[in-house]
Amino acid sequence: MAANRMLGDMKEGLELLVLEKAVKPVTVVLGAMASRDWRPQHHDYKFATGNNGLDDIIMNTPNLAAWFERYLTDWTGPKGRLGRIKFRMKDSVYPGDTMRFAGKVTKVERAAKSTGWVEVKIELTAGTKQCVSCEARIAVPETADANPWKLKGDDWKP
Amino acid sequence: MASESTTDLPAEVQSWIGQARYEEKTGFPIEMGYVLTTMSATQNGNPLYWDEKVAKELTGGWITPPTMVSVWFRPHDWSPGRTEPAVPLQLHFDLKAKLGLPEAVMSDNTIVFGEPIRPGDVLTTTQILYSVSPLKTTKLGTGRFWDFGVRVVNQRGELCAEERYTGFGYNRN
Repeated sequence: MAANRMLGDMKEGLELLVLEKAVKPVTVVLGAMASRDWRPQHHDYKFATGNNGLDDIIMNTPNLAAWFERYLTDWTGPKGRLGRIKFRMKDSVYPGDTMRFAGKVTKVERAAKSTGWVEVKIELTAGTKQCVSCEARIAVPETADANPWKLKGDDWKP
Repeated sequence: MASESTTDLPAEVQSWIGQARYEEKTGFPIEMGYVLTTMSATQNGNPLYWDEKVAKELTGGWITPPTMVSVWFRPHDWSPGRTEPAVPLQLHFDLKAKLGLPEAVMSDNTIVFGEPIRPGDVLTTTQILYSVSPLKTTKLGTGRFWDFGVRVVNQRGELCAEERYTGFGYNRN
C-alpha cells in the first residue's frame, strides 16, 4: 500500500505502475462468491462452455470493479475516494489468463476543501485480448491534512 | 448503446421505461465479513478496510469499499419458502423473459458514488429502465441492448450510489 499521494504529484499523462495478476479458477470463483454472484458461468465449467458458449468460467463484473478499485487505491493510498467508475466489457477474463492493469491520468482538477479530482483511464488486457476499458474519477488530498472522505453535499461532485 | 428506444416493443415493456420499479431493502445487515472476503479475493491491502485505527481516523469508523455497492442487494441463492432462486437486477431478467432473449451479457457499467456505506446500514434500491434498442446482431447472437439504472439510498435517504448498466439479451446464432 502506497502512502497517500497528493494532488500535486499528479499530472495529465502520468502513467500508473502496471499491475499483473495470474488468474486461477479460485480467482474467478472466490471473486464471484465474495460479490455474492451465484450465476453458474462464474463457477460451473460445463454451464459456461455448454450454455453460454464461453471458453471457460469467467471473471464477473462486480469483482472486476473491485480489482479496478484496488488498482486505483494502491496508487492513491487510503485517502483516495472513488467518485465514479465506468467500464466497458470487451472480452472475457478466464482462468489461465494474466490480467494486466495499465492506467494513465487524463485530467487533474482542484476541488473543495483542499482536495482535487484525478481522472484515470485504465485498460485491462490479458495477452492479446483487450478485456475491459475503465474510466475512473477519484478524489485525492491536495494537502497533508485534507481528507476527501469528509466531503459531503455540494462539496462532493463525482 | 441503447440510447434511443425502439417502438417495436411489447406494450408492457414499453410501459416500464422511465418507471422506478422493484423497490427493495437489503435482506441482511451490511457487515465487514464480505468486505474482508472481497479484499482477499482482490489481494487488496488498503488499511482502510483492515485497520480500525485508520478507518476511525479517515472515515469515522468502518466503511465498505464503494465498488461493493451491488453486493449488498444481491439475494441469497436460496432462502426458506422460496421455490425459485431469486435473481439480482430483476429488471434485467424480466426483460430477458418478456423479450424472449434467454442469453444475456452486460457490456457497460457506470457507478457514481455518494455517501459511504457502513456496517449496519439498511439500503433501499429501485431499478429504472431507460431504453431498449431495436434488434441487432453481434458475434454473440441476435438480440437487443437495454440501458437501466439502480439507485441506492441509505436509511437516512442519502444517495449512496447510482449504477447504470447496458445489457445485451440475445438468442445464440
